[in-house]
Amino acid sequence: MTRMLGSDAILRSLEAEGVDVVFGLPGGAILPTYDAFARGTTIRHVLARHEQGAGHMAEGYARASGRVGVAIATSGPGATNLVTPIADAWMDSTPLVCVTGQVRTSLIGTDAFQECDITGVTMPIVKHSWLVQDVEELPGVIKAAFHVARTGRCGPVLVDVPRDVQEAAFDFEYPDEVDLPGWRPPTRVHARQIAEAARVVARAERPVLYVGGGTLNADACVELLELAEAARLPVITTLMAKSAFPETHELHFGWPGMHGPKWSNLAMNTCDVLVAVGARFDDRVTGKLSEFAKGATVIHLDMDAAEIGKLRSADVPVVGPLKHALAGIEAELRGLERTDTEPWLRQIAEWRDLYPLRYGVERDLIKPQRVLETLDELTAGRDDVIWTTGVGQHQMWAMQYLHCVRPRTFITSGGLGTMGYGIPAAIGAKAARPEATVVCVDGDGCFQMTCQELATATLENLPIVVVIVNNGYLGMVQQWQTMFFEERLSHVHLTHSVPDYAALAAAYGGLGLTVHEPEELEPALAEALTSGRTAVVDVRVDPVEQCYPMIPAGAAALDLLEYEEREPASPAA
Amino acid sequence: MIHTISVLLENKPGALVRVCQMFARRGYNIESLAVGPTEHHDVSRITLRVDCTDGSLEQIQKQMHKLVNVLRVRDLEPGEAVERELALVTVTAPPERRAELLALAEVFRARIVDVGHDAVVCEVVGEPGELDTFEELVRPHGIRELARTGRIGLARASSKTRAPRPQRVLR
Repeated sequence: MTRMLGSDAILRSLEAEGVDVVFGLPGGAILPTYDAFARGTTIRHVLARHEQGAGHMAEGYARASGRVGVAIATSGPGATNLVTPIADAWMDSTPLVCVTGQVRTSLIGTDAFQECDITGVTMPIVKHSWLVQDVEELPGVIKAAFHVARTGRCGPVLVDVPRDVQEAAFDFEYPDEVDLPGWRPPTRVHARQIAEAARVVARAERPVLYVGGGTLNADACVELLELAEAARLPVITTLMAKSAFPETHELHFGWPGMHGPKWSNLAMNTCDVLVAVGARFDDRVTGKLSEFAKGATVIHLDMDAAEIGKLRSADVPVVGPLKHALAGIEAELRGLERTDTEPWLRQIAEWRDLYPLRYGVERDLIKPQRVLETLDELTAGRDDVIWTTGVGQHQMWAMQYLHCVRPRTFITSGGLGTMGYGIPAAIGAKAARPEATVVCVDGDGCFQMTCQELATATLENLPIVVVIVNNGYLGMVQQWQTMFFEERLSHVHLTHSVPDYAALAAAYGGLGLTVHEPEELEPALAEALTSGRTAVVDVRVDPVEQCYPMIPAGAAALDLLEYEEREPASPAA
Repeated sequence: MIHTISVLLENKPGALVRVCQMFARRGYNIESLAVGPTEHHDVSRITLRVDCTDGSLEQIQKQMHKLVNVLRVRDLEPGEAVERELALVTVTAPPERRAELLALAEVFRARIVDVGHDAVVCEVVGEPGELDTFEELVRPHGIRELARTGRIGLARASSKTRAPRPQRVLR
């Protein structure tokens, strides 16, 4: 037991949790804790330029490392700036602990300067939150916060600490155990559920493993690979699960949903047994839910019981840790006679040959898809590249054209679809894996939402490569307006040239490159990738290229539009 | 179908808000809600009434169980539970109609807890259906004010399905 201040106790608690990096920005109500940083800690503090940046950095750190990300902000606007990352982490089940300063307890409720009821504001988007009113509770709360963030289905939590609690002295002792009688996530999988799942898989003629982001969170990629190989099951990974299964593997068959290749959607929707692994039947994956994988027997493996039957009823629910579930099914299958899946695998491969991803012939303007293809070629065979993205067309092209082989190497905002996620997430990933080359594939719209964090990248020595697929538009919105609003483009034109992205990169102390001509593309990307510096490559691409295939919102997955079909579909929900 | 859900939760700041907020966020409407202490000073019981399908009920229970402060969730099935509600009703009661009202109150074992010049306050406890009937019958007299607690419930001690400890939802 050591006598210390609450502020020091926060850092000692984070140290006890094994935290090595935090991302934050100081301000009034969190000043005592920043003073504790000044007094000394083993934790590296990365100073962001905006709290939203700090939050996404913590997310990127968590996704790249598999550990809990930590963001620190002051009260009021500092805390509300964390709301977007918290919502993002909630939707994508990213383990995140946010520590916010709060006004003194005597001022709470008085509309004091920079007061905001942040536990109230964030209530719908956190697993749990704590307003610490007594310094004695502080160590136990932080212990509980980390425990809740990373157990069960991962997600964000928030610890709000009033200034006087940070300043109060007490006898610090970090607890060994958490006291959370109401928090009991499953630790085992029911043997009967596993046996039933294996029985159904063994009899399947056209099975598909529909793999979601939960697989990465569960650290179950090895078990997934073993099951897929042992039972010869085709694997389709969602955007959130990209990199959970080696994408160069013969059993990997793409990505499902709105911009997934036709072969993937055909496989998903004509299978007889759909094995959902840590996936949640998101509308961007299913298209029209009632038409999705019609007639298929659904086996649903998930850590979160509430996901079972939420959207699609499961014929075989398997609740619990995915590692156990996948390994259990694989073990159980060994004793069973298995239907031959080779004809089915050949069928999907045939579809892949029949309906490849296609885009128009490149003339004067660089096609955005080629930016991604070139990046994929330049990094082929490397397993030390981590990709992050913003949200929009470039993100979908990144999904389609990049090939990831190692888990946790594709970091993107899936559920919330947070534009601006890419740059700070890349910085966080770099902090987690300094030896890796971290590349943010960004859009010009996304870039402008968080580009101030380039200062963080250069000054904190966390070099990242940002490749802007610059079409001068809010491209995905443009695509919807073109396809579903009779080409009435409304407030989507950003222009190619304002700002001058390369000059902006230089202004932040990075390397800036602009690519106009097709032949400049590869050398510029190669230079950025090998520069070792924070680099921004502004690639001016064809502004009217649309992302295909596309399942129009609300349409059935098999009614997807392919590249040639330029007829706009009817607008839908 | 209307379901009665009994929830035990830690008596912590914000715990009730988290439960209510989950209903709002997931689009379920609470018909009635009663909160109070239990035999443990640090545990509260919420009795909720929700109009929803069986599928939604399962979702509600699972979502509620994910809340850190929620200890137990139980669907109180009709016939397997005892349910009670209390109502206070201020009824217009001029002297010439007072006897009639008092007779009515007696049938419902309602107590007159306050008497004014031309009105009385009745207290009635019972199954929620009885309270509805009482309310209907005194309405012609003129209801000036009415307050109901919302129902509370417990599984019957005689219930065969009652587990030794209140059952947990499937996790």
